Amino acid sequence: MSEQLAPQQAPLVAPADRSVWATLRSRPLFWVCSVVLSLLGLIALLPGPIAGLFGQPDPRACTLADSALEPGGAHVFGTDLQGCDIFANVVYGTQTSLFIGLLTTVLCLVIAMVLGTLAGYYGGVADRIVARLTDVFLGFPFLLGAIVVLNSIGARSPVTVSLVIAFFSWPTLARLVRSSVRTVRSAEYVQAASAMGLRDRRILLDHVVPNSLGPVLAIATTMVGSVIVAESTLTFLGVGLRSPSISWGLQLSTAQSYFQSEPHLLVFPSIFLTVTVLSLITLGDILRDALDPKGRS
Amino acid sequence: MTTPVLSARDLAVAFSVGGEEIAAVHRVDFDLHAGEVLAIVGESGSGKSVTSLAVLGLLPRNATVTGSIVADGTELVGASERTFASIRGDRIAMIFQDPSNALDPVFTIGYQIQEMLRRHDPKQSREDRRARAIELLAMVELPEPEERLDSFPHQLSGGQAQRVMIAMALACDPEVLIADEPTTALDVTVQREILDVLRRMRERTSAAILLITHDMGVVADIADRVVVMRRGRVEETADVRSLFSAPRAEYTRALLAAVPRIGAEARVSTADGAERPVLEIEDLVVEYRNRRRRHIRAVEGVSLAIRAGEMVALVGESGSGKSTIGKSVLGLAPVEEGRIVVDGVELGNASREAIRTVKKRIGVVFQNPTAALDPRRTIGQSIGEPVRVHDGVKGRALAARVTELLEAVELPASWSGRYPHELSGGQRQRVAIARAVALDPLLLIADEPTSALDVSVQATVLDLLRRLQERFRFACLFISHDLAVVDALCDRVVVLHRGSIVEEGERRRVLTDPEHEYTRRLLAAAPVPDPDEQARRRAEALAG
Repeated sequence: MSEQLAPQQAPLVAPADRSVWATLRSRPLFWVCSVVLSLLGLIALLPGPIAGLFGQPDPRACTLADSALEPGGAHVFGTDLQGCDIFANVVYGTQTSLFIGLLTTVLCLVIAMVLGTLAGYYGGVADRIVARLTDVFLGFPFLLGAIVVLNSIGARSPVTVSLVIAFFSWPTLARLVRSSVRTVRSAEYVQAASAMGLRDRRILLDHVVPNSLGPVLAIATTMVGSVIVAESTLTFLGVGLRSPSISWGLQLSTAQSYFQSEPHLLVFPSIFLTVTVLSLITLGDILRDALDPKGRS
Repeated sequence: MTTPVLSARDLAVAFSVGGEEIAAVHRVDFDLHAGEVLAIVGESGSGKSVTSLAVLGLLPRNATVTGSIVADGTELVGASERTFASIRGDRIAMIFQDPSNALDPVFTIGYQIQEMLRRHDPKQSREDRRARAIELLAMVELPEPEERLDSFPHQLSGGQAQRVMIAMALACDPEVLIADEPTTALDVTVQREILDVLRRMRERTSAAILLITHDMGVVADIADRVVVMRRGRVEETADVRSLFSAPRAEYTRALLAAVPRIGAEARVSTADGAERPVLEIEDLVVEYRNRRRRHIRAVEGVSLAIRAGEMVALVGESGSGKSTIGKSVLGLAPVEEGRIVVDGVELGNASREAIRTVKKRIGVVFQNPTAALDPRRTIGQSIGEPVRVHDGVKGRALAARVTELLEAVELPASWSGRYPHELSGGQRQRVAIARAVALDPLLLIADEPTSALDVSVQATVLDLLRRLQERFRFACLFISHDLAVVDALCDRVVVLHRGSIVEEGERRRVLTDPEHEYTRRLLAAAPVPDPDEQARRRAEALAG
């Protein structure tokens, strides 16, 4: 009787292929982002040959007589104040900037996922410890801390710089993970899993983490850009990378004082930075949608 | 006949979603006369709420309304935002389902009522407004209205908050009051009080009430005329007596038949006498700590036992501790004192391994099937999880087991690749039940498994539970607030009130001849789908 009242949903035609890959494949934006990011990766791996494409393979071959040339001629992106080729500099900077941006973000993500999940899932003492810890780090001025730590480290390489930035930026992400995990923890499917007698590890990995990852990934992708800029700030203050290191951050910070007279100094590195960050964010969004069954079909 | 205060002709609402037009309401006609209660009844997706929102122009932007709605001579379809602003509150007011979310928590209720009055009549003096607010609160029978003006929403119970909402709706003497499921979020005894308030309200003011509900009992209790809707269409319009005594539309007949009523026949219980109980609870005390570290006793010395094949109902209103008892068996509540023994294993002091082994044999079904299934897992994965994890079954064998379980809950086996959001509520609950019985449980804990479902779906899910129990012969702790559902399904009934058991016994005895005053009150408060019976009860209440 009641079947007529509650009809089975019209049997949908079984969708052909709904795997994550099939969904990604069908999104043109996914391909655009992947191509852009692989190009950047290629540039980072092979800076020499790529810089050589326009006849200026060496970023450190500078002629003061060519100071601040407009784009065009032998220098496609023009030259900076020291007469160095901007294209070669941007190309060589890709490696350092991408490396610092990605490494720092991954480090932060790992620390934040572990601490945030423990705090959010177990609550109680674990939660209080992590909360106080993040408070301490958030209360500490980033620049001051970074200056003190970096000054006391002798050798400063991209790795140490990204370690220091990660050291001071994980707390925000950890808090986000914590609140996201807390929402998922109280969901009934997590209670059901625990009532089923599943072990905590299994519940965390199978149910809690995948379901709390969405907002965290979105923030993490935007973080790459801010980390690249943070590196430039540190370098500008003389505590980041040392000359003759080349990075986008370094170029941006030297260019900002000449923005009005020589805008091209600023424009080219910023375009690269923006394109990188935009494609990462877009890729993050697409991934999030593809991982969510409701976004597929 | 007088002209109706509100009338709809050929009303249709369509939503454009992703470039597609989806019709939610087709050609609905109704008239609402002064002083009348018109109920729009239907199951979820029937378009009843959309209809009421269209009257107030509260639909989202992607909705298109066509046809005509005339309120007291003003055409509302296609009216400007300004016209609506002058109508809302002044001439048509609305009461929503969940009163605790509808009041702003940072202002006193007095402020919120007076704000409403100020908005509609800025010239009124401060004293007059205050006096009117008190008068309104007195009208909805809130005790000590003067002191109540300074209360904040969190200091009110759900029923009191709903009274305040009604007072606010009545503040500007509207001609029409739209009540969208006004008692669904409330307990039965509170529901009874709110319905009484609404009923007496009608005698005092001339306001007409448009009541949106899914509950046939509420309709029988208060409505004069009824519009039955299904999938956006009107199935039947009739006055309340003829609707219940001689329903014309087939759908109405089926809907009425699906409503569970107290008075089910005696059934053979599948419980067997000799065995030791599967679940034994002795002197259970559960305490929660609130934010200020104060202890709140949710359960106070409860003892009960369930044997294999027996279905025991825990009945009570919200806050009675019925869900907490279920949770403490699952290890999800802080047990302060007492013993819980499942299949001979005492959960309080057994080893972790022993507890895991016992938990394997406990199945659980929660109230909200949408929240109980991981949205990122296909239903096949969800159903297979306990089998995979506990028995290590993989691959082909796992797929075969999932197929078997899906068939046991009467879903097509080919659906195992679907995600929960592609299923309806009832279907999701079937999936949750399949998961609960996946490991052939000794004990099934069902916490309000049908409360989130439509009545017709509820009937099929109850049927399914009964059949599964006959097949698997598990002991079942069935937690519910609905006595009629309990009557249709369980063998024994345990009535809880404020954390303690007030009455316990065989189903028919408790439900037909209750000993305790509270049980009697619960039984009397649950509205039955029969207008004459409801009228008789009212007369009795007045006399008594």
